[in-house]
Amino acid sequence: MKIQSVFLALAVLALGLSSCENKKADPVPETGSLSIEMEHVVGSSALKLNSSTTAFDYRTPSDEWFNVTTFRYYVSNIKLRRADGTEYAQPNSYYLVDAAMPATKVLELKDVPAGDYTGLSFLVGVDAPRNTTGAQEGVLAPGDMFWSWKSGYIFLKMEGYSPAAPGSKVLQFHIGGFEDPNNALRTISPALPSGVKLLVRPDHAPEIHMKADLMKLFVGPTTVKFGSFAIPHMPGANAMKIADNYAAGMFEIDHVHAN
Amino acid sequence: MRRTLLLPLAFGLAAVWMTGCAPDADMAPEQAVPGAVLPVNFPAPVYGPEQNPPTKEAFELGRSLFYDPRLSRDGTISCGSCHQQFVAFAHAGHTVSHGIEGRLGTRNAPPLQNLRWRRGFMWDGGPNHLEVIPLAPLTNPLEMDETLDNVLRKLNADLSYQQRFQVVFSKQPIDSYQLLKALAQFMAALTSANSRYDHFVRGEAGGTLTEPELRGRAVLVQQCASCHATDLFTDESFRNNGLDRSFAADSGRAHITGLAADQGKFKVPSLRNVALTAPYMHDGRFQTLRQVLDHYDHGVVESATLDPILRQPGGRLGLPLTPQEKNDLLAFLNTLTDAAFLTDKRLAEQR
Repeated sequence: MKIQSVFLALAVLALGLSSCENKKADPVPETGSLSIEMEHVVGSSALKLNSSTTAFDYRTPSDEWFNVTTFRYYVSNIKLRRADGTEYAQPNSYYLVDAAMPATKVLELKDVPAGDYTGLSFLVGVDAPRNTTGAQEGVLAPGDMFWSWKSGYIFLKMEGYSPAAPGSKVLQFHIGGFEDPNNALRTISPALPSGVKLLVRPDHAPEIHMKADLMKLFVGPTTVKFGSFAIPHMPGANAMKIADNYAAGMFEIDHVHAN
Repeated sequence: MRRTLLLPLAFGLAAVWMTGCAPDADMAPEQAVPGAVLPVNFPAPVYGPEQNPPTKEAFELGRSLFYDPRLSRDGTISCGSCHQQFVAFAHAGHTVSHGIEGRLGTRNAPPLQNLRWRRGFMWDGGPNHLEVIPLAPLTNPLEMDETLDNVLRKLNADLSYQQRFQVVFSKQPIDSYQLLKALAQFMAALTSANSRYDHFVRGEAGGTLTEPELRGRAVLVQQCASCHATDLFTDESFRNNGLDRSFAADSGRAHITGLAADQGKFKVPSLRNVALTAPYMHDGRFQTLRQVLDHYDHGVVESATLDPILRQPGGRLGLPLTPQEKNDLLAFLNTLTDAAFLTDKRLAEQR
């Protein structure tokens, strides 16, 4: 009886302990950090936010002029791939990039296990579990990237003006949807430059310079014409078409600083 | 002897360890927060107490927020304005409710009860979780027409709220996570499970049903319970119950899914406290329960998405009910009124 009780006490204590993570004193694996810097471009021009309704900065291949007032998107579930095919999945991996806020354009990954990484992938948007489990914190705190009337995150938001858009010339692309049949979650795996590896060490913090080309929202598998394409504000077929467009080539790694 | 000493010691130590990792407040004694004990005659909850462990301080904070008109843009409307306790947190006498500046919505304010067991909220299931549902009325221009940022500004400027949030969350400033968690504490506490019917099914004192009520229960089990299922009296599904032939005014569930097959479908409401929650249906078109029963008996109309349960062999629509059956059903539905819930002072606005 006594022994049983002691075991029970120890077991309960162990339970308490195991709920605290990473408190073991075992040899700490070496870690380093890595960053991804987003450079926003529109075709061959740099992205410049402009709220003019009369002067337009960019032109699509379909010859429609437009400008951009807002460009925001979630990057989540970043994974780094090793040559042997194994992966490091960053825990709690959520970033909200906002073209209007320079600090958000640098995605810092801390405590990455040291290693040679040969590839990376990420989701544009927010995975289904975080869309369905209630109140979230940090960059996932509900705000203007969350639909309140139909719970779910807006994965990517591009707003601006175009004389080609019907009515008030307003462009409002709000892309989201985490459930079939309107699942707009896309995994992006941009290739590293040939022969380049990401060497993460305690004293090496590689910096990936990624170009995100906003024009790719409108070209790719679907050619978007502002005058005729029903601009999506909710999950659906057209949101998935835009997602397919940006998955097909919006993000490209331009170069890597080995540091 | 030893054993009796060791066990509490073990749990005490464990509690110390656990709180070291989870700064959330301790579990309150169960009686301190209404609804913290789950009724034995209910199915498993969707939003179990472990997801937001009830505490007296958090519950009371949620209650203050629920009744605080500062959640609306012009400070005139609180959640409690359209969700009144004496009618099971529905809106008495309102076909549709008025938001700020008298703006009228398009749907009847549903009662708020047993929300721990809900899978999708509102008539169309748009909000998918108890913690995020306040965002919808808060930001809807026809309801509170406010932004989360503004609400947080107002709360953070209030010394009393600062202190009370600090007690519950040990963190400053007040953010949307804290706001939503606190509101969820109050909403989750709105448990109605002490009607005469509940006492009857649980074999408790005072649980006697009369002959007409028992007959009414039998009719319900036979005719209604495929949708108004379990002791929650809803299966949480979305169905077209034959109110209209077309749905231009309100497409219901299809507004959320975009599917033609969901046109005209709305959430099956619970029947708890139904005697008090008039008017009925998503647009509040029926004033009495008798009108509702008459609808099912002979008012159901044809449409492509009409629920198959409302198609009788031979092509007749609806659920045939004799006058006797209607009277018995009405008698039974009255046994679902839960006076303890409707008058629980802990759920009322504190003045």
